[in-house]
Amino acid sequence: MSENATPGSARRDPAKKVKDSADRTQLQTIMIRFLRHRPAMISLIVLALIALFAFVGPFFWMWDHTVYREIPSNQPPGGVHPLGTSAAGHDVLGQLMRGAQQTLKVAFTVSLLSTIVGSMWGATAGYYGGRVDAFMMRVVDIFLIVPLLVAAAAIAGNTGAGASWYAIALIIAIFSWATIARVVRGVVLSLREQEFVEAARASGASAPWIIIRHLLPNAAGPIIVAATLLVAIAILAEAGMSFLGLGIQLPDISLGQMIGSARTAVSTRPWLFYPPGVLLVLICLTINFIGDGLRDALDPRQTRVRR
Amino acid sequence: MLVYTVRRIIGAIPVLILASILTFVMIDVSGDPLAEVRMAQPPPSPEVLQQAEERLYLDRSMPERYWLWVTGIGGNGDIGLLQGEFGPSTQGPQYDIGSNIAERLWTTLRLIGAAMVFALGLAIISGVISALRQYSKLDYTLTFVGFLALAMPTFWFAGIMQAAGVKFNQLVGEQVFATIGDGRFRAQGEPLWDQFLNAFAHMALPTIVLMLISFASWSRYQRTSMLEVMNSDYVRLARAKGLRNHTVIRRHALRTALIPLTTVVAIGIAGIIDGAILTEVVFQWRGLGDFFITAVDNNDSYALMGWLLLSGVVVILANLIADLLYAVLDPRIRYE
Amino acid sequence: MTTEYMNEEHTAGADPEDVVLEVDHLSVTFPSDDGPLPAVREVSYRLRRGEALGIVGESGSGKSVTSMAIMGLLPKNAQVRGSARLMGQEIIGLSDKEISKVRGQKIAMIFQDPLTSLNPVYTIGYQIAEAVLAHKKVSKKAAMDRALELLEIVGIPSPQQRLKQYPHELSGGMRQRVVIAIAMANEPDVIIADEPTTALDVTVQAQVLDALQRARRETGAALVLITHDLGVVAGQVERVGVMYAGRIVEMGPVEEVFYRPRMPYALGLLGSLPRLDGDRSERLTPILGSPPSLRDLPVGCGFAPRCPLARERCHEEEPRLVLTNGDTDRAAAQEGDTTVHTAACHFSDELVGAEATDLFRPTAVDTEGVGSVEELETAESSVAEAREEYREESKAVSESATEGSTEPEVLLRATDLVKHFPIRSKGLLRRKVGEVQAVSGISLDLREKETLALVGESGCGKSTTARLLLNLIKLTSGEVSYMGRPLQGLSDRQMRPLRKDLQLVFQDPFASLDPRMTVSDIIAEPMRIHGRGNGDAKDRVKELLDLVGLNPEHGSRYPHEFSGGQRQRIGVARALSLNPKVLVLDEPVSALDVSIQAGVINLLEDLQEELGLSYLFVSHDLSVVKHIADRVAVMYLGKMVETATTEQLFSAPAHPYTQALISAIPLPDPVKERTRERIIVTGDIPSPANPPSGCRFRTRCPKFANVLSDAQRTKCVEEPPELMDRGTGHRDACHYSEVVELI
Repeated sequence: MSENATPGSARRDPAKKVKDSADRTQLQTIMIRFLRHRPAMISLIVLALIALFAFVGPFFWMWDHTVYREIPSNQPPGGVHPLGTSAAGHDVLGQLMRGAQQTLKVAFTVSLLSTIVGSMWGATAGYYGGRVDAFMMRVVDIFLIVPLLVAAAAIAGNTGAGASWYAIALIIAIFSWATIARVVRGVVLSLREQEFVEAARASGASAPWIIIRHLLPNAAGPIIVAATLLVAIAILAEAGMSFLGLGIQLPDISLGQMIGSARTAVSTRPWLFYPPGVLLVLICLTINFIGDGLRDALDPRQTRVRR
Repeated sequence: MLVYTVRRIIGAIPVLILASILTFVMIDVSGDPLAEVRMAQPPPSPEVLQQAEERLYLDRSMPERYWLWVTGIGGNGDIGLLQGEFGPSTQGPQYDIGSNIAERLWTTLRLIGAAMVFALGLAIISGVISALRQYSKLDYTLTFVGFLALAMPTFWFAGIMQAAGVKFNQLVGEQVFATIGDGRFRAQGEPLWDQFLNAFAHMALPTIVLMLISFASWSRYQRTSMLEVMNSDYVRLARAKGLRNHTVIRRHALRTALIPLTTVVAIGIAGIIDGAILTEVVFQWRGLGDFFITAVDNNDSYALMGWLLLSGVVVILANLIADLLYAVLDPRIRYE
Repeated sequence: MTTEYMNEEHTAGADPEDVVLEVDHLSVTFPSDDGPLPAVREVSYRLRRGEALGIVGESGSGKSVTSMAIMGLLPKNAQVRGSARLMGQEIIGLSDKEISKVRGQKIAMIFQDPLTSLNPVYTIGYQIAEAVLAHKKVSKKAAMDRALELLEIVGIPSPQQRLKQYPHELSGGMRQRVVIAIAMANEPDVIIADEPTTALDVTVQAQVLDALQRARRETGAALVLITHDLGVVAGQVERVGVMYAGRIVEMGPVEEVFYRPRMPYALGLLGSLPRLDGDRSERLTPILGSPPSLRDLPVGCGFAPRCPLARERCHEEEPRLVLTNGDTDRAAAQEGDTTVHTAACHFSDELVGAEATDLFRPTAVDTEGVGSVEELETAESSVAEAREEYREESKAVSESATEGSTEPEVLLRATDLVKHFPIRSKGLLRRKVGEVQAVSGISLDLREKETLALVGESGCGKSTTARLLLNLIKLTSGEVSYMGRPLQGLSDRQMRPLRKDLQLVFQDPFASLDPRMTVSDIIAEPMRIHGRGNGDAKDRVKELLDLVGLNPEHGSRYPHEFSGGQRQRIGVARALSLNPKVLVLDEPVSALDVSIQAGVINLLEDLQEELGLSYLFVSHDLSVVKHIADRVAVMYLGKMVETATTEQLFSAPAHPYTQALISAIPLPDPVKERTRERIIVTGDIPSPANPPSGCRFRTRCPKFANVLSDAQRTKCVEEPPELMDRGTGHRDACHYSEVVELI
């Protein structure tokens, strides 16, 4: 017997085809799709562990990233210094915690700043279109043609901003918001033509109403994905700057700077060179996989049946 | 086609002007070229300072300085981009920015060019294989390699490759890979084959390093683009005509899937320039990377501006070429 | 008693040579995350040499998948079982090498969307020659010559030139003819055409169907025509199969199936169709429920949950496809005799002589969610209540608003509307390099409680006109007034209070609702914009959902949980939330399947009658217009060419374009469709960026081409015809108009 024919079954139950998803809210559906994405889930756990290591670790470890007189120099891993020590007398594990912390702080700040500025810029250009759009996007083009690392390094080196992590973050953000703006503008440009936007206009909705209630919520998926991927880009940019000695300066430390100062010691003191690199790769890798998982979860049209 | 080309070139001019303004203002505002001189102990005499300021045109207002930087009108003959002069350097009156850039440009472009060609070739091959074997073990492996490459800091990977090169040389007992320097000066005057070997020895490792970043994103892009085309109606129609699978893939799928890659490659140039700097530093090349670091260390504003503008021009040119190439590859563009 | 149709495996029959394609128990299953999806189940049919077979069905019925399976074009993950023999050769499961010899050579295919079927980077000539070279060892020159010949056959003007052109330089209709040329390149035995005209305008559809028939004549190929359009099937094929939920549920000669359907689904489909040859007073009868999910097919007959005849047996046992006439002669059936009529229904005998209205109710509630007649009745009564409430409310509103004033007859009046869209360069300056003359002088009146239909093909400016009337885009020139008050030049703020009265319903039910909002929020949004969002808005939303025949408890759901027809109802509810006087309906039913479309049309009719709304109904579908409109205005390239009452326009069309339009609409009636007089227009719609001088229709006008003298033609070229009254309010814009009877 088909349940449809039973009198008294839920009257006018819409869309029986999607019965399974009908009981879930959209957020739940997205969550479930993300949870099913195994690389992304593993990455999320790994990244959480790294964050714990970077932010909570220092409270439980006896050495921080500074030089201690009682630390012998150039000790290979083992004993009280599980990752060895540097020539100047740093504990590498302590450095690693602080380095990862600074790196993460810079990267997430960059992503946050760029996303706010970039989505507003992009949404405005996309919604108004025409000459406004042409001009605003030309500005974006300019920021896109300057190589991110070089430009940021030039300014950081010129100003000597490297003393503080947030100055570095600000400088990187100046040269990375444009990518977000481009993504958002593209999405808004197609959303703007959707009939539901016209429906709101036909009811008398104003431009801010439409941007805030319709355009940005619908662009949220691509924005989140782009913001996530930007974290990885910012990490590499900061690492590159620090490697060149133009990013975060001593006595503070970042992972890139650790690699930079160990680059002549790859074969002689590998414990100085490999750990920060592996940690950097791990952070970027997990973030990229999370971004991939988010893309699949937020934009199901891009995924086909996975076998 | 000619009209289109001319239109595109004209269209690039405002971007170039805006880029020059941005570059100038950024560098000019962010640092004082004479900071170190002023801080020196004992303090320099006011006359010396004033002389230095005049030599670097710091006595003029910023808009004036920009105008001077671009045109050179009213300068001492050492400034004015339109006259081929990049401006005075803080590294002494003898240091000519223009000739220094020119001297190192070839070294860097050679590296970038080689890396791009190899990255593109590999990216297309792996992207196509990934798409044709979607969700196979091979696809997953290539995808993971791509993600790994994207996550790898260039300079770190360069360090590893350098160490590996040294190890390899020790193992073979012969200098197969040169791990330090660009080898430009040794090569002159030797037989061609030796020159080639020398170039290969110096280029091989840096090229592999630099290739990796672009390879990763391009192969992902090629995979997506290929998958999209393989699902398109015209590929279905090509099959329905009775064409063999390999013909359909080569003639209909690959041909059209390559078109959007041109734009992506052009946009990627900026990233490659970043990578080239880091790679050159690790392998201690005397290229534009070294030039850049020296300029930053010396607060050499005009050198930095010249450098940034040059990289901007390279990116704009690359985009221009990509646009034109796109028009050649895609007949829909030509008639717009 | 009944006989099973084609249950034997071997190729049988007296004249096996005669059968070119034999499909036998073909099944296709797609794996998915939620379990296997059986898209096609046990489909069997035979196609005789030179025969034309139609396969009809709604979206998701498996009609396209069947033919893709035959062609071997399904994605790798599809599991195909059963067999398909082409000239006796099994073609399911062939290797790439083997199937390439068959495809294009013996069996060819035409796809739905001509805009994406051709590779954009190769010339037309190359793509046709490629098809020739794939199977024949001839020189490239010879292949090109053949390509030229083929272009001539399918009726493409100046074919020599076209060979060197790229697909984007050709219109959709031309591209589809190129695809037909490719299909016939190697004189195949079978051509499968998958919705070949769905993406095209009606006048172009007529041209393409014509080219298809020519291709058949030329090659002697048998045709499998897959379509959802019963009218197209009626005129083009000899035999027809009806597909539902992956199975063929009825098959037979086209007259048999159309005049004497023996499966309730086929009967229901025909009953839900608005017809050009029908009467306005006849109400359409939608089919209850919606097609079953492939993941969750009922045990018995796939149609049983929606079938008014369904009994115990239908829910337990899936009926087989059997002869309807009780004939036990197996041999006749196995040969694929074109006289055989089969149906998959346990009670098909009861359908002898039945009319759609005997079985199905002409209801307006959302039939997709209803499971039984009892539920339907409950739903209908709650709709009636909701209407009552709505009427009272809107009465209260309108009385307070218009108290003391005499109500004007005309609500919305447009005079000489002109809209030119600038074409701008792509550079930073965005210079104006030309303009699209989307609307060039349209005048119309919308009166109280009437339905005015705006009809025309794509690019005629009908949607632009609708938006101009609502002041959603700025006029280039002209005047619009609502109840005597001019709208042009009003700012968004000044316009806002008037928007309450003027609402819009959209074409695409998937794009017109914000996917991130709940249905309640969507319906309440206009009220919120007008500051009426608080307090009783919740009750109001429930009432509105009831009003449009939806379950009022479903307000907290999201749009993606509803089907197309239900979403369209949500769109109507949103438009009604502010008690408007005028609804502009922009192609409101053209994206819906027929069985669902009928319910929405009924809803619109009821709402108008009971709530006293005025409709501006924008549509390209004359059959729907004839069913719903009081007056019709026909547009062509931004101009109005004819306007009259529906009655006058359809019984006595005067403008050649209107005549061509009416005659191009296929009637779902095989005999009428084959015997009626045809007025075929040639060519494509010119670009509105560069319209012809004088009369804009002259470049395609059959009268201009065949009847008029040179002197008369000069007038058409030089002088744009005015819209002239030929008496009784029937106006047309043709210098030489002449009434013709077409239906």
